[in-house]
Amino acid sequence: MTAVTHRTAEQIGHTERGPRPLPDLGAQAEAALPSIVDTVIDNGLHVIVVRRPAVPMVELRLRIPFAGTDPMHSARAEVLANALLTGTKRRNRTQVDTDLAAVGGDLAAVVDPERLSVGGSALADGLPVLLDVLADALTEAAYREEEVGREKERLTERIQLARSQPSVIAREALQRYRYGDHPFAKEMPEAEEVARVEPADARALHQAAVLPKGSLLVLVGDIDPDSTVDAVRAALTGWGSAASASLLPVLPTVTGGDALLVHRPGAVQSQIRLSAQAIPRTDPRYPALQIANLVYGGYFSSRLVENIREDKGYTYSAHSYFEFTPSGATLMVDADTASSVTPAALWEARYELGRLGLVPPTEAEVNAARSYAIGSLLTSTASQSGLAGTVAALATVGLTFDWLREHPLRLAAVTGEQIAAAALEFLAPVNFTGVVVGDAEQLAPQLRAIGGVVLP
Amino acid sequence: MAAPELHRFTLPNGLRVVLAPDRTAPVVGVSVHYDVGFRSEPEGRTGFAHLFEHLMFQGSESLEKLAHFRLVQSSGGTFNGSTHPDYTDYYEVLPSAALERALFLEADRMRAPRITEENLRNQVDVVKEEIRLRVLNTPYGGFPWIWLPPVLYGTFPNAHNGYGDFSELEQANLDDCAAFFDTYYAPGNAVLTVAGDFTVERATELVHQHFEDVPARPTPQRPSFAEPHPRSELRGTHTDPHAPLPALAVGYRLPDPSTELDAYLAHVVLTGVLSDGDSSRLQERMVHREALVTDISVSCGLFGAPLDARDPDTLNVTAMHSPEVSVDRVLGVLDEEVEKLAVSGPQPEELARVAARWAASLHREQDRIVSRTLAFGAAELLHGRAELAAELPELLSAVTTEQVAAAAKSLRPDARAVLVVPAAGGAQ
Repeated sequence: MTAVTHRTAEQIGHTERGPRPLPDLGAQAEAALPSIVDTVIDNGLHVIVVRRPAVPMVELRLRIPFAGTDPMHSARAEVLANALLTGTKRRNRTQVDTDLAAVGGDLAAVVDPERLSVGGSALADGLPVLLDVLADALTEAAYREEEVGREKERLTERIQLARSQPSVIAREALQRYRYGDHPFAKEMPEAEEVARVEPADARALHQAAVLPKGSLLVLVGDIDPDSTVDAVRAALTGWGSAASASLLPVLPTVTGGDALLVHRPGAVQSQIRLSAQAIPRTDPRYPALQIANLVYGGYFSSRLVENIREDKGYTYSAHSYFEFTPSGATLMVDADTASSVTPAALWEARYELGRLGLVPPTEAEVNAARSYAIGSLLTSTASQSGLAGTVAALATVGLTFDWLREHPLRLAAVTGEQIAAAALEFLAPVNFTGVVVGDAEQLAPQLRAIGGVVLP
Repeated sequence: MAAPELHRFTLPNGLRVVLAPDRTAPVVGVSVHYDVGFRSEPEGRTGFAHLFEHLMFQGSESLEKLAHFRLVQSSGGTFNGSTHPDYTDYYEVLPSAALERALFLEADRMRAPRITEENLRNQVDVVKEEIRLRVLNTPYGGFPWIWLPPVLYGTFPNAHNGYGDFSELEQANLDDCAAFFDTYYAPGNAVLTVAGDFTVERATELVHQHFEDVPARPTPQRPSFAEPHPRSELRGTHTDPHAPLPALAVGYRLPDPSTELDAYLAHVVLTGVLSDGDSSRLQERMVHREALVTDISVSCGLFGAPLDARDPDTLNVTAMHSPEVSVDRVLGVLDEEVEKLAVSGPQPEELARVAARWAASLHREQDRIVSRTLAFGAAELLHGRAELAAELPELLSAVTTEQVAAAAKSLRPDARAVLVVPAAGGAQ
């Protein structure tokens, strides 16, 4: 098609010398232990500062438990999050951004059913400005009429956009199917609820729920931990309350059962989303289940991906993973597949779940998954932002940096028997429920035949 | 930013090598950039460069199908590849103990990839699923990178869909693959980049050991993709059955970075002045003050990254707007704001803010070893200087008010493309 003369594919795949031996791995250096301060300051805020000077930046992660049971909570919380950084008593929206931009800074707030998260970064020498803008928003966010009004409009448009995305449709269906009307299931408000939120509602919610006690602030970067904690104390001195941030009510256990088929007329591709109850990182069986999950579908070299992507071409993306919930964890299996092969892909996904318990991971599978789990801890925490995210995720469930440091040892110690037991107990097909979103007219005949699916 | 320590050499077979040691974390990044992207695929074979990228993961002389994935991951690493207009990259990020293994894997597939009919058919199916996932089954799929170029450009290389048509993907055969590999995947047409925790001596030795006997082949003459700038406003419409709101994209031609780097960088700064943050010109007025658009974004490069292609390259404006606001109203305000900058340029504080944000975002990007490795590799391949990736913050902070004003002046309404995406169901 291009070169005038060229070899055949067969010729290209062979050299005179033939296949070569795979080189061994070298010796692995350990990551240097960073200096860390982990403390609770006077207002009850948990502060963790890690020095990681690779680039002259600082990463900031604030996590405020932010649950609510009022049916309007989701709408109020979304409006609050979208308007939190749009102005304070002394700064208007433009000034907030102007001050941040001057130090290469960014701050953004998002909310989910569990927590309000503010994330950002700045050039390291701009940390005082970053903290000042954050403190200003936490203590004196203004929720001006015009800003709240505009954010409500944009939020409504974003909700409309989100709900036109198949992945969001599938996620909402799964949450309702797994958790019914538990507040955890409501990840996005209705447009008409957003319309009813007034600036006074956002101010009242801020007063009642944007609280330091029980919240977490993580800073990682080219900074000195001790003086940074002092700077945080000074900056956040005006942020206080006797009350604690609001934790999500305990979630019901996910029980296995038929998956639900959700009709999406004319869809060219379906979303398969399965879920089962799992165990949190604090459970002694967690490292075994972590490896069992990798072997099932937790990375590319897994049984699920090698089956439904690399062997059968049913999907571009299939994976399984842990979702850490406030009171525990669940396992999730996701695959997007063309309508014509969706029932077959569901069949194979279930087959591989069953097989994992019945034909336990081989030694080679276990060793590969173990090395991946250990290695990916290194690579995913090698950057400031990766480390900040990991430290924050662990700290919100009560785990310290020591857990991260020691986890490779736990992974190394897990036995094949423990992994087989975890696979049989937690990845059994009978434990799973889920949803399939797609064109029911195309999918129903085959799904009816294989069973285990509630049809509309 | 502290200048990175860069070392480079060329093997006798023509392979260019960039080493960027950094001992701060015990991880390494390895990438190979081949000098072929979707602009080089022939008519009748749209999507072929990307399909071929998939095939490069399907085994090589020393590695069975699936072995590449398994070896990278069982070494604790991650991998991927991506196809751009002018290049295709492959990379691994791993614990530093696996450096030699990564070099072995890349050398083996550069020397002798195993391309079979069965794997070709399998990967055509996988690529079709990728296109369904990213384009056909999602709102604004492929917007603007697939749908804007055919409005702005007139020649096949610049205008066609790099993901490809299903019918053309299905027609791809083994002979196409063999010809493509022999033509474009020669060692002299590639850049190998190694970044992270290693010594230069050891990495140099390993690179020689594994890549030196990849046979040299002729490297193709790189074609020019130049075409004239538009001489009027070109308009097109893309129908998106999932779009909840109307959207529009505006494309302008950028200066050639190989001959007018300063002017190109002035456009990069201009994009920041226009749309980076709530205090930027377009966000402040169009999103917040006048509520004309839900979001608006201005960027250099089809995928939003500057200097990621050779000439011709595109400056893109994308906006989503409510159905009550007309396309011409959005364009009118855009033109007013660009005109203001063309006349007076940005304020010094605005320039300082844009420079600080660019510096910060580039530092963050380079802190991730995968981005750092790929940035050095792409800069070496496309612009002949890996250093450019590290120098960008300083270069951007040196851009002057006058240069930005000149850049704004070049965004002419009578030399651009406007792509309109009506909302599904007919609301404009």
